[in-house]
Amino acid sequence: MSKINTLEDLNKAGKRGLATLIPSGTKIMVGMATSGIASGAQDVYHALDREIRERRLDIILSRTGSMGMDCMEPLVDVLEPGKPRLAYGKITAKKAPTLLEQIAKGTIETIKPFYRMDEEESIILGKSKRYGDGSVPAYLKEIPTIKEIPFYAKQVKIATRNCGLIDPESIDEYIAKGGYSGLYKAITGMKPEAIIKEVIASGLRGRGGGGFPAGIKWKTCREAKGDVKYVICNGDEGDPGAYMDRSVMEGDPHSVIEGMIIGAFAIGSHDGYIYVRNEYPLAVANLGKAIEKAREYGLLGKNIFNSGFDFDIRISKGAGAFVCGESTALMASLEGAAGEPRAKYIHTVEHGLWNRPSNLNNVETWANVPAILTRGGKWFAGIGAQNSTGTKVFSVVGKINNIGLVEVPMGTPLKDIVYDIGGGVPHGRKFKAVQTGGPSGGCIPEKLIDLRVDFDELWKAGSMMGSGGMIVMDDRTCMVDIARYFIEFLESESCGKCIPCREGVRRMRDILEDICAGKGQAGDVELLETMSQAIIDGSLCALGGSAPNPVLSTIRYFRDEYDAHIKEGRCPAGVCKALIKYSVDSETCTGCGMCVKVCPTGAARGEKKQPHVIDEATCTRCGACLESCKFDAINVK
Amino acid sequence: METARTDERTKLREIIARYHGEKSSLIAILQDIQEAYNYLPVAILKMVGQEMDIPLMRVYEVATFYNAFSLTPRGKNVVEVCAGTACHVKGAINLLENLERELEIKCGETTKDETFTLEQVRCLGCCSLAPVVRIDGNIHAYLTQQQIPDILRNYRK
Repeated sequence: MSKINTLEDLNKAGKRGLATLIPSGTKIMVGMATSGIASGAQDVYHALDREIRERRLDIILSRTGSMGMDCMEPLVDVLEPGKPRLAYGKITAKKAPTLLEQIAKGTIETIKPFYRMDEEESIILGKSKRYGDGSVPAYLKEIPTIKEIPFYAKQVKIATRNCGLIDPESIDEYIAKGGYSGLYKAITGMKPEAIIKEVIASGLRGRGGGGFPAGIKWKTCREAKGDVKYVICNGDEGDPGAYMDRSVMEGDPHSVIEGMIIGAFAIGSHDGYIYVRNEYPLAVANLGKAIEKAREYGLLGKNIFNSGFDFDIRISKGAGAFVCGESTALMASLEGAAGEPRAKYIHTVEHGLWNRPSNLNNVETWANVPAILTRGGKWFAGIGAQNSTGTKVFSVVGKINNIGLVEVPMGTPLKDIVYDIGGGVPHGRKFKAVQTGGPSGGCIPEKLIDLRVDFDELWKAGSMMGSGGMIVMDDRTCMVDIARYFIEFLESESCGKCIPCREGVRRMRDILEDICAGKGQAGDVELLETMSQAIIDGSLCALGGSAPNPVLSTIRYFRDEYDAHIKEGRCPAGVCKALIKYSVDSETCTGCGMCVKVCPTGAARGEKKQPHVIDEATCTRCGACLESCKFDAINVK
Repeated sequence: METARTDERTKLREIIARYHGEKSSLIAILQDIQEAYNYLPVAILKMVGQEMDIPLMRVYEVATFYNAFSLTPRGKNVVEVCAGTACHVKGAINLLENLERELEIKCGETTKDETFTLEQVRCLGCCSLAPVVRIDGNIHAYLTQQQIPDILRNYRK
């Protein structure tokens, strides 16, 4: 493949990309991000491939990333010439032949698509391209458009703009969607200072958790003394419950690479690193292939766009340490050492990796950069809230109907995310809280459902943005158990360097375990609060400094649950095993024997067709009966 | 015995050469060693120190700091129960306890026949499929306790 040196070369690659993105023949795309594969997308792909070959069909089969609606996976999109793009959810290998027959007949009789797209939007180019002539055949009019689906209606996709639309292995398709035009504009037409000015004007704040203004960070790093500077991408997405960065790295790796090249040019760096967590093998693979492609095209390497600017990127794999998401720990890990953070009064923008000026941003932050360059800082600043501009990707997971990744303008009310996009809590249960910000964040209670989600509002509510995980909880989630869960997480992930975090968090875990075990004492809550303050004040890095947040926010909003555990020996949510009892509702029990069969200790007993009983003494509260009962006859109190 | 040692040293040198012997690549080198041996044998760690001129203490520090490394042999199939928040609120702890019962080992241990190692993993980032367990790299989604015996049987084959 020849190198891309000029705008003409770039446009040529874009034309090649468009020819596969919207081909002249029929194309089927299978969503093959990790979540898609885990739902069976690989089998679906192979089944389609086999059928297409055997029937000698003239159909192009391709892979794509995730459109975010994970609860509908495996997702298969069908694009026929002159027709809207159709999205089919929950496709299995078995359904593959039926789907192909349906395409051949030109119907949607057997398998219904759940939405259609009449046009393909490119946020980078600021325009949409209609499929075919834009007309919708009569038989497709009953299918809602993507914008009519509540899950997508309020979404604005900037960072995840290409996920689920392009083949992540095709650099040409990325270019067809306007990719690398921001880089071209920056390198050939702008001075580094002007680029930084644009990023400052955009108001872009770091999406990794802290929310520090990216442009200011770039400026400080550019101005820092030193010939050798580094640009780093933090792909160590460690917050449990957050996976937007995985989705971007897997589904649109070039957006991160392009962002980094622009950043490097602005800062004056020639070496970049992407640090990816060990748990994301597909992200590592896709980034690796993308870097190779970018090198082949001369977009990485020497003399990019004939400008004399050199830059290249290396991937570094983490090895399973949550603390490595902290910037100084990450840099220590890049140096091949144990990932222990250091005090932050020495700024990494001046003394970072190998003691040289280093600029670190996370995946989502970098992915936003190309859009800011092509559309302008002002455009970006016009989206979202005043001090939190642009969009944010959230992983809306837990006790929610429409589980998936959503990208909405900053400042979107929490209510819209939970009810309109998320579709509310399943099984008619009661919504209790949303946990945001990972282990450093907190729980937002139901009474704050109108909260506008941005960096500052979340902080005011006692939580934080973190990387964007939103774990929805219902009345069957125990808030004391959640506090215990996060503290236990942080205890084992604490690097052990400083005492307040290492010893303090451990003692807090002891107290919380006691409360959950029914051994809580009067004064425990106050003791937890005092210890929290000491840990916040005394810890070296943000891991310790924010470790007490889940405890403090649950005490703040759910004190009654702590009291129920301590004073009444009761777990209102029915979670803490020492405080709950399993019993059978003799009215609804049909005596089917299922619980007897699955009970590992023989605690569930009874004659066939007679109401069963659970023996409290031998019951281990493992939940096997509850999970297997088809008649909802198991009570937990 | 001597030849075995020489063979292992040659194998190790190959791994180190992939990274041009750079000390900063220690983590990647240990990852490759774990890939080759399924764990980090102490004898090999000592060789790493000698070959790369890194004090054994440093090698050991890195090998014990990161959760992905194991200093004891692991089973043929590694069973990882996701302990992410989404999995937690959907009852991952019950899956872990069920697996402990089925495999007759505690979390972190390996079965006597070395078929399975049971571990907890922080978050696999498949929160939409919670609760999940990853076995041998394959993710089992929306897992229930009832499915566990059949799934394990497939890996025993």
